[in-house]
Amino acid sequence: MAHLLNQIFDWFAAWLGGSVANDSVAGYVVAALIYLALLLNLVAVGALVFIWLERKVSGRIQDRLGPTRVGGKFGWLQTLADGIKLLTKEDLIPGDADKLLFRIAPYVGFCASLSAFIAIPFAGRDFPFVAQHLNVAVFFVLAVMGLEVFAVILAGYASASKWSLFGAMREAAQVVSYEVPMGLCVVVPVMLAGSMDLVHIGDKQQGWFTNWYLFHDPFTFIVFWVYFTCGTASVNRAPFDLAEAESELVAGFHTEYSGLRWSFFFMAEYGSMLAVSLLAAILFLGGWNGPIPVASLLGLTWHNGPLVGYLGNFLGMLNVLAKAFLLVTVMMWVRWTLPRLRIDQVMTTCLKYCTPIAAAMFVGAALWHMTLPDRVFAGLLQSPAANRLLAEPLPGDSIQLDLQTVEAATIARGGRP
Amino acid sequence: MYLLGHLLTEPVGVVHYMIVGAVLFTCGVVCMATKRNALGILMGIELVLNGANVNLIAFGSPYLRGAEATIGLDGQLMAMFVIVLAAAEAAVALAIALNFYNNFGSIDVDRANQLKG
Amino acid sequence: MNWTSCLFLLCSLMAGGFAVAVVLSSNIVRMAFYLVLSLAATAGLFFLAGADFVGAMQLMIYVGGTLVLLVFGVMLTAQSQFVQMRTSSGELLTALILGGALLVVLVSTAINVPAWQPTSNPAVDSATPVITATPIGMALEGYRVDQLTQPDTALRRGMSGYLFPFIIVSVHLLVVLIGAAYLARAKRPVVERMR
Repeated sequence: MAHLLNQIFDWFAAWLGGSVANDSVAGYVVAALIYLALLLNLVAVGALVFIWLERKVSGRIQDRLGPTRVGGKFGWLQTLADGIKLLTKEDLIPGDADKLLFRIAPYVGFCASLSAFIAIPFAGRDFPFVAQHLNVAVFFVLAVMGLEVFAVILAGYASASKWSLFGAMREAAQVVSYEVPMGLCVVVPVMLAGSMDLVHIGDKQQGWFTNWYLFHDPFTFIVFWVYFTCGTASVNRAPFDLAEAESELVAGFHTEYSGLRWSFFFMAEYGSMLAVSLLAAILFLGGWNGPIPVASLLGLTWHNGPLVGYLGNFLGMLNVLAKAFLLVTVMMWVRWTLPRLRIDQVMTTCLKYCTPIAAAMFVGAALWHMTLPDRVFAGLLQSPAANRLLAEPLPGDSIQLDLQTVEAATIARGGRP
Repeated sequence: MYLLGHLLTEPVGVVHYMIVGAVLFTCGVVCMATKRNALGILMGIELVLNGANVNLIAFGSPYLRGAEATIGLDGQLMAMFVIVLAAAEAAVALAIALNFYNNFGSIDVDRANQLKG
Repeated sequence: MNWTSCLFLLCSLMAGGFAVAVVLSSNIVRMAFYLVLSLAATAGLFFLAGADFVGAMQLMIYVGGTLVLLVFGVMLTAQSQFVQMRTSSGELLTALILGGALLVVLVSTAINVPAWQPTSNPAVDSATPVITATPIGMALEGYRVDQLTQPDTALRRGMSGYLFPFIIVSVHLLVVLIGAAYLARAKRPVVERMR
C-alpha cells in the first residue's frame, strides 16, 4: 500500500516538476494513518453496535424489550446517547491514587486491544486485507492481547481501593492461567496449516464449508469449543467476569473510574471480544471463505482483473465480519444465561478441564493429521487440490527442502538424524 | 555526533543496536547495584538480559549485515533461549523473594544479613 | 528520510529512556510499569531487525508472562513502607559514575569495530519480509533449513540444530515450575510443625 501511495504522490509531484521516491517515508506514514483510521473505526463502531446489541439481547433474554426510544424504533442511537452522557460526567481521581498510572491505565488497555487488529487479516488470497502481513500473526495477536492484563493491574493498583486491587489480582490470575489452554488450542489449526500466518491459515480452508478446520476431524471440533471458552475467559466476559463481580467487588478494577476513562476500558473489552472472535473465525470457521464459495462461483477472483478480485475480497471481508459478529452474539447469549463462577471454579475449569482437554485434543489432532493427511470433513472427503498445493513460501525458494536427502546424507556421514 | 546526525537518513547498522544494548545493560547493572528492594534487583537482571538479547538479535539480523557476516538464525535462537531461561529465573527469584518476605516481613535486601559473620 | 531508521530511533529512545526511568524511579510499581514499556519497545526493535518470532515471543513470555509475575510479586509485598525505598544519594552517585564509565567503554568499543558499521549490501533488503517461524521451528527439531547453502558440510547437514538444548530447556522449565511452586507454598505455622 505504501508503494502504491508513493506512486500516486509521484504522479501528483510530476505535475509540480518534482518526484517522490518509491520508498519515501510519506507513503509509509499515510498508509499507516489509513490503516489506523480503518481499524479504529472498526473497534469504535463495533463497540457502539455491540453495546446496543448487548442491551437488546439481554432485554430479550430477560423477557423485556431493551432500549426502544432513542433514535427511532429499535433504539439504534442508545449507545451514542450513552457516550454523550459519559463525556459530560465528572472526571474523578481518588485522592490517594497514583495519578500518573491512574490516568495511563485505560489507554494501555485500549492500545493493547487495538494493536491486536494490526495482524488480523480480513480477506486473503492474492491481495490480503491486512494492516501488517506478519508470518507469526497468530502468535503476535495472542501476545498483544495478553498485554491487556497490565491495564487492569495498573488500574487496580493505582485506584488505591481494596475493591479495585482484589478485582485486578483475580483478573491477572485468571488471564495468565487461561493463556495456557488458549495457546494449546490455537496451535492445532497452526499445525494443520503448517504456518502461523493467518492469511495462509485462512486460505488453506478455501472452498466449501467442508474445508473448515472446525469440521476437519472430531478433535478440532472439540478444540474450537475449548478455544471459545478460554477466549471468553481471557476477555473477562461472564460467566468468567470475576474481575468486576458487582455483587461482591462493587465493580472490580474500574470501581474508581468514571466518564471517558471508564468508557476506554469498555471499548477495550469489546475490542478484545471482537479480536478473539475474529481469531476464532479465521482459525476454525474458514475466515473469509464462506459456507458456500460465492466469490469464486461468481468468478470474483484476482485472475479476472483487480476490480473484480477486490469485490471478491470485499465479500470475504463481510463474511469474516459476519462470523465474528455471530460469535460475539453467542458470548452475549452466554453472559445473560449462565450464572457467574466463583474464583476457585474459574481456576478449576482452566487447570483441571480446559488444559488437559486441549492437550489431549492436540495429540489426537496431530495423530489424525499424520494418518489422514489430505482428508477433510472428518476424513470423509478428499481435500481439494488447490488447498493441498498451498504451502508457505520458505526463505530461498530455489532450495528445495528435501528432508530425506538431508537425513540420508547425515546417516552416510556416520551421524544420527 | 556523526552517528546521530546521519541516523535519520542513513540505514542503521549493528553498531546502533549495540549502543541500545549497552544502554539497557548499563541501566540494568546500575539498577542491580542501587536498588534495595529485592524485586527492583530482579528488574535490573531483566534489563541486563534484554541488553544481551538486543545484541544477539542484531548480529543475527539479515537486514543489518552482509550475507557472509550475519550469524543468521543462531542469534535468534540464542535470544529465544535467553527469554525462556529469564522466565524460569524470574519464577525462582520471585519465589525466593516471597519466602524472604514471609520470614522477615521485609523485602529490603539490606536486611538479609543473618549469615553475616 | 529513511523510515526504518526513524522507527529505530523511536523504539530505541523508548527502550533506553524507560530503562533510565527504571533506574531513577524509587516507586516499585512505577518501575515495573517503565520496565514493561522498555521491554515492549525492545520487542519493537526485534521486529525492525527482522526477528518477528523472537519479537512476538518477547511480548508473550517476557512482557505478558515474566513481568506479570513480577508485578504479582510487587503487589504481594506492597506494604506502604516498601513501595518507596530511596537509595542514599551517595550510593546512587557512585553507581551512576561507575555505570557511566561502563557505558563509555561499551559504546566506544562498539563504535570502533569496522565490521559493525552500517553495511551497504545487507543479506536481505529491509523492504523484503523474512520468514522466521518455520526455520526456527525446524531448527528446534534439529534441521537447519537456513543452512542448506552452507559451504561447511558439518554445519549444513542438520548438525547445528537445537533439539538437545530445546529438550534441556523444556525439562528445566518443568523443574523450575515445580521448584518455584514448592518454594512459594503456604507454610504451616511454626508451632504446628513443632508438634
